[in-house]
Amino acid sequence: MRSQLEGSLAVAKAVALCRPEVISAYPISPQTHIVEALSDLVRTGELAPCEYLMVESEFGAMSAAIGASAAGARAYTATASQGLLYMAEALYNASGLGLPIVMTVANRAIGAPINIWNDHSDAMSQRDCGWIQLYAESNQHAVDLHVQAFRLAEELSLPVMVCMDGFVLTHAIEPVELPTQEQVDAFLPPFDPRQVLDPDDPVTIGAMVGPEAFAEVKYLMHAKQMQALDLIPDISGSFSQAFGRTSSGLVRTYRSADADTIVVALGSVLGTIEEVVDELRGEGERVGAVGITCFRPYPLEEIRAALRGARRVIVLEKAFAVGLGGIVGQNVRLALSGHAVSVYDTVAGLGGRPITRRTLRTLIADVLEERLEPDRLAFLDLDWKLVERELQRVSADPRSGPHAENILRDIGSVAASAHGGAR
Amino acid sequence: MFQVRIHGRGGQGVVTAAELLSVAAFLEDKHSQAFPMFGSERTGAPVVAFCRFSDQPIRLREPIVDPDALIVQDPTLLHQVDLFAGVGPESYLLLNTSRSLDELGIGEFLGTLRADRVLAVPATEFAREHVGKPLPNAALLGAFSALTQALSLDSVTAAIRDRFPGRIADGNVAAAQAAHDFAVVRRDEVIVHA
Amino acid sequence: MSAEKLKLYQVGTFAVGNRLLDPEQRTVQARMERSNTLTSGHRACRGCGEALGARYALDAAMRATDGRLIAANATGCLEVFSTPYPESSWQLPWLHSLFGNAPAIASGIAAALKVKGRNDVRVIGQGGDGGTLDIGFACLSGMFERNDDVLYVCYDNEAYMNTGVQRSSATPPAARTANTKPLGDEPGNVFGQGKSAPLIAMAHEIPYVATATVADLHDLEDKIERAMEFHGARYVHILVPCPLGWGSEASETIKIARLAQETGLFPVFEAEAGEVVAVSPIRQRVSVEEYLRTQRRFAHLFGDPPRADVIAQLQSRADRNIRRFGLLAEEAA
Repeated sequence: MRSQLEGSLAVAKAVALCRPEVISAYPISPQTHIVEALSDLVRTGELAPCEYLMVESEFGAMSAAIGASAAGARAYTATASQGLLYMAEALYNASGLGLPIVMTVANRAIGAPINIWNDHSDAMSQRDCGWIQLYAESNQHAVDLHVQAFRLAEELSLPVMVCMDGFVLTHAIEPVELPTQEQVDAFLPPFDPRQVLDPDDPVTIGAMVGPEAFAEVKYLMHAKQMQALDLIPDISGSFSQAFGRTSSGLVRTYRSADADTIVVALGSVLGTIEEVVDELRGEGERVGAVGITCFRPYPLEEIRAALRGARRVIVLEKAFAVGLGGIVGQNVRLALSGHAVSVYDTVAGLGGRPITRRTLRTLIADVLEERLEPDRLAFLDLDWKLVERELQRVSADPRSGPHAENILRDIGSVAASAHGGAR
Repeated sequence: MFQVRIHGRGGQGVVTAAELLSVAAFLEDKHSQAFPMFGSERTGAPVVAFCRFSDQPIRLREPIVDPDALIVQDPTLLHQVDLFAGVGPESYLLLNTSRSLDELGIGEFLGTLRADRVLAVPATEFAREHVGKPLPNAALLGAFSALTQALSLDSVTAAIRDRFPGRIADGNVAAAQAAHDFAVVRRDEVIVHA
Repeated sequence: MSAEKLKLYQVGTFAVGNRLLDPEQRTVQARMERSNTLTSGHRACRGCGEALGARYALDAAMRATDGRLIAANATGCLEVFSTPYPESSWQLPWLHSLFGNAPAIASGIAAALKVKGRNDVRVIGQGGDGGTLDIGFACLSGMFERNDDVLYVCYDNEAYMNTGVQRSSATPPAARTANTKPLGDEPGNVFGQGKSAPLIAMAHEIPYVATATVADLHDLEDKIERAMEFHGARYVHILVPCPLGWGSEASETIKIARLAQETGLFPVFEAEAGEVVAVSPIRQRVSVEEYLRTQRRFAHLFGDPPRADVIAQLQSRADRNIRRFGLLAEEAA
């Protein structure tokens, strides 16, 4: 049924339709509306049977999900940012134990400095923990990905995190087509665990593995995750048939087949990128976009195929590797090795800074007109004057105080910005 | 596409206002999107919310920089925040105030706008009267409907009833109606004078 | 549960005199049909108090639940010596996740069982003092506060033994550990105010809290079985001497545990809903010195110069426990 509702609520309803049996909940902005909505659904009996555990931390949340999943229950939780980091140890544990937990990550920046707004640094920090990582472009996509995630997780016996941009998607009210319970039940069978804690058939789970076997066990984890590269398109195909709409599996292309210049990105910014692509196409530029939906496992072949033919690839990402550069950029370069193509790594949207059509157009123009160098990390929309002033301050006096304070004071001394307070 | 930007402070229902507009548009079979820009939950802090609606699906995710309509729920923001960024000569401007526009000290700016697209509405007063609380959002939406005619009052009230239970919905609908009628009168006056 | 009073004839090995009891009153350990939940072949040190305590506790819990029990185990000695890959000594469904999350894992398992309507299966969470009192403390408190249906058992050997005997919040004052050596001015571990897990558990007002030692098998088993009569969060704290970490004789583990109780240093009691309901009285009070002399971790107190002042401080702690819990037989009546 088509409804106009908040992203968080849509996701909560989608998750509820998947019949989770144990939900562990710890609140963190901007995921709070998801766990609140699920609490309501459990209390009214709309989601039953389901145990809703209000845990003492995110570490507790993932741990309870591990215990529940190991005991044969379909388990779910949600978090963001600091919370994801706080459960980092448990993330590795869940993937190492092969437990099909599904988790929503409402992408948010990681402090210090503390910042509650959207970027991808949280999920990116955990890209290698062994979880499958999917990125939603819209609330519809988020709904669809959650339904597919449970099936994917349980077929592979591997946990899946569905990432959706915090505030930008979680708090956006837009139209969403929610499936019916019958449709979801037909698509997602009851959880049939590969291994379960059961007094009728006792097993020991979680023993230490020494040097003689650890490498093989780890390799098998990797091999298992790679299977998702085949399974995801399968499930995505089944989803289309069952629900009557396509849902991007690994990678989604937009007007990229004959494009000279392709912008690659993850998540909600792709909507704005598509608008810009259309505008530029209208002006005669051969521009396209590629959205990566599944970031882990990394669909190298699919990305290579999608970017084939482009002379310029602009990777736009909402996180970066401090001391190195782009993360998605590195991964994209891997897919393009051996190809004659210029790759431009651009970091944008950090800490919730909006990515606008205007700045995107400027970026693309800078690339097309060769004002930007490939292979050099660029920061979209960075106020270099502020940065330079701060660098001068620090070199004049290493004890000039925290950067953030100085920069905010600088901004305050200039006219107040458009939308209330510091930018 | 019609783009609305709403300014106010935390606790005044700015986010809800944008949501209601988007639902109203949805009820008219339009595509719509609403989202806020705010910080941690805290009353009194400046809040901005956005609503876009269109006959085409909306893919854009940026804040509204060039609003077709600007709604200001709290006039104390006027000289604190750059409220009018991107407001063009064809934009609608709706201000919640019981004072006259001249008294607000923005006469020069108002001169750049079309007189028939600017309106001061005592929305808080309407809210106090019909809802019993100084929550001006519903009233402002009623006035918005009249001023811009971009969405019908029926859609706005349907959205209100969809969102709020029984008596609360009644009060808000009444406030919206009252502000709508107030706006119609002013709108017709301006047109007569023009 | 009725008790039959016996005069025990100590025969050097501290036999518990099961043969003098009615068959019905014999311990689980004395029965052929005991589960042997932690079966032989594990790699614990000789004289390990924790292996003993775990066997006692789990067999009692299995009897009480008719063998329908799932265990969540924290990282630590017990987890490591019981599961030397590819072998396992566990004869029940058993999960080891992380160091700090055993209580939360147990909560998750309990939730899964509840949602599936498996109210015949019970859950036990277990870990050492480090995993319970330090790194797992937040999860423990959360489990207590939610009153999740979990029995949590802490095997307290008073330090992080598995990693080489480092100090935990359960390490007694003046004890030597790898990072509280008697160097400089300090005579071993600091004299803080301590961290009583049982009292903290009681402050959560959970249905049942008890302390026990491996010296009194009947008492320990009774407490586990009693705990299983309740639903909700329950906590049992067992003192388990560690010959390696304490520097004691492997053959004296049980004796040392008894001394800990008889000095008053380790009060043995039961509490329900936040109130003490029973104490195990000290039959023959013993000075702390007698206890301390059995362990090399306190040897520096008897060195050159001897630290009578420190011993006196420890004695006054024991005295306080005796007063506070009413541990002397006459008072406890």
